[in-house]
Amino acid sequence: MTLTRTVEGLKNGTVIDHIPAGQGLRILRLFKLAELGERVNVGFNLTSRHMGVKDLIKVENVELTEAQANELALFAPRATVNVIRDSEVAKKHKLAMPATIEGIFACPNSNCISHVEPVDSFFYVTPQGNDVKLKCKYCEKGFSKDIVTAVE
Amino acid sequence: MANPLFRKHILSIPDFTRAELELIVDTAARLKAQPRDDLLKGRLIASCFFEPSTRTRLSFETAIQRLGGRVIGFDNASNTSTKKGETLSDSIRIISSYADAIVMRHHKEGAARLASEFSEVPVINGGDGANQHPSQTLLDLFTIRETQGTLEGLTLAFVGDLKYGRTVHSLAQALSLFGCRFYFVGPEALAMPDYICETLDSRGISYTLAETIEEVLPEIDILYMTRVQKERFDEADYQKIQGRFVLREDMLRGARDNMKILHPLPRVDEIETAVDASGHAYYFEQAKNGVFARQALLSLVLNETV
Repeated sequence: MTLTRTVEGLKNGTVIDHIPAGQGLRILRLFKLAELGERVNVGFNLTSRHMGVKDLIKVENVELTEAQANELALFAPRATVNVIRDSEVAKKHKLAMPATIEGIFACPNSNCISHVEPVDSFFYVTPQGNDVKLKCKYCEKGFSKDIVTAVE
Repeated sequence: MANPLFRKHILSIPDFTRAELELIVDTAARLKAQPRDDLLKGRLIASCFFEPSTRTRLSFETAIQRLGGRVIGFDNASNTSTKKGETLSDSIRIISSYADAIVMRHHKEGAARLASEFSEVPVINGGDGANQHPSQTLLDLFTIRETQGTLEGLTLAFVGDLKYGRTVHSLAQALSLFGCRFYFVGPEALAMPDYICETLDSRGISYTLAETIEEVLPEIDILYMTRVQKERFDEADYQKIQGRFVLREDMLRGARDNMKILHPLPRVDEIETAVDASGHAYYFEQAKNGVFARQALLSLVLNETV
């Protein structure tokens, strides 16, 4: 299948579109997209036909893998993640909620061993109604996705 | 065929199947009835208590020695390289190259599971912060089965600190596999956490909140007492609840004949000493059973067949 839609202003990289308004900054921080050393364009509260308002992130010269794209589903389940090569959409990631998330979020439990040992944080993701719950593999505590923070 | 716990880590009660729990309880009962001094012969077990704990450590070390095994280890992290800044993962890598199994306690939650990822030999969790203390739950299960003849369909009351008491959390999780029903008796500020109630809900287990011990006593097979921690309340609030969660001898008149009182110990003032002489008191036998439950665990982890 050849995908040909041109994305203005981005020759190579990834466009994360249809992010619920307000979640863009969170995604930027949690996934450290601004720390990759590449140019990042962000739009907050943009007009959207389907969503009313939305956030959008474009990262130059970085191709998110399917697994990385799926991690975004936690905060933006209906986001579209397009990999761009030579100004054309080379790949569209269809997001699926991951079963686990590793090394992205810090465990909110300050007494969890994962904070002081050389291991990646690790959460099991469990759907709960319209929301999801994250359970730390180590301390076994369950958390809302809204209270996790980026790994330092 | 090897038993399902052979060479396995013992980390957390939700990791066990019902059949595995029954295997441990059966093995503990067998070892209590017919002591063995050969099941750990030639085995060296590391007893690594990064956080002090007298009863759990002595219980494990007694279990090891009574099975013919030998023990190395420490009872306080301040005498170890942890003090110099060594990570737990490095300590465990090294200790696991010396010993056939590691029994450990640590103040950080998740420490045992992390240790299991770096260990060449089975890790047995002797308590990791406020998280898990599986050997306590296993001795509780063994004691309940011993006193009631079954784990199936019993009615239990958990009394006292249900919020912070990891023993009642794990025991409720374990017994939910056996179709038991529960009364939760304690101050609202120390109520059972939501995640435990959610587990019970998901398994269709019935639980009821109750105000006093007296109202549930005629209904129950096991009265599991824990300490209401005075320091968690201001003086005025504590005055209001004081006495409602203390077990006195005169309250036992309404109890069933088979009803037994358990307590993870140490007790402070939540069970009056006059209760000790009652036929319902079973908490000291429960503590003694800790050795048999730990013998069962160690035997199963280190022998293909027991």
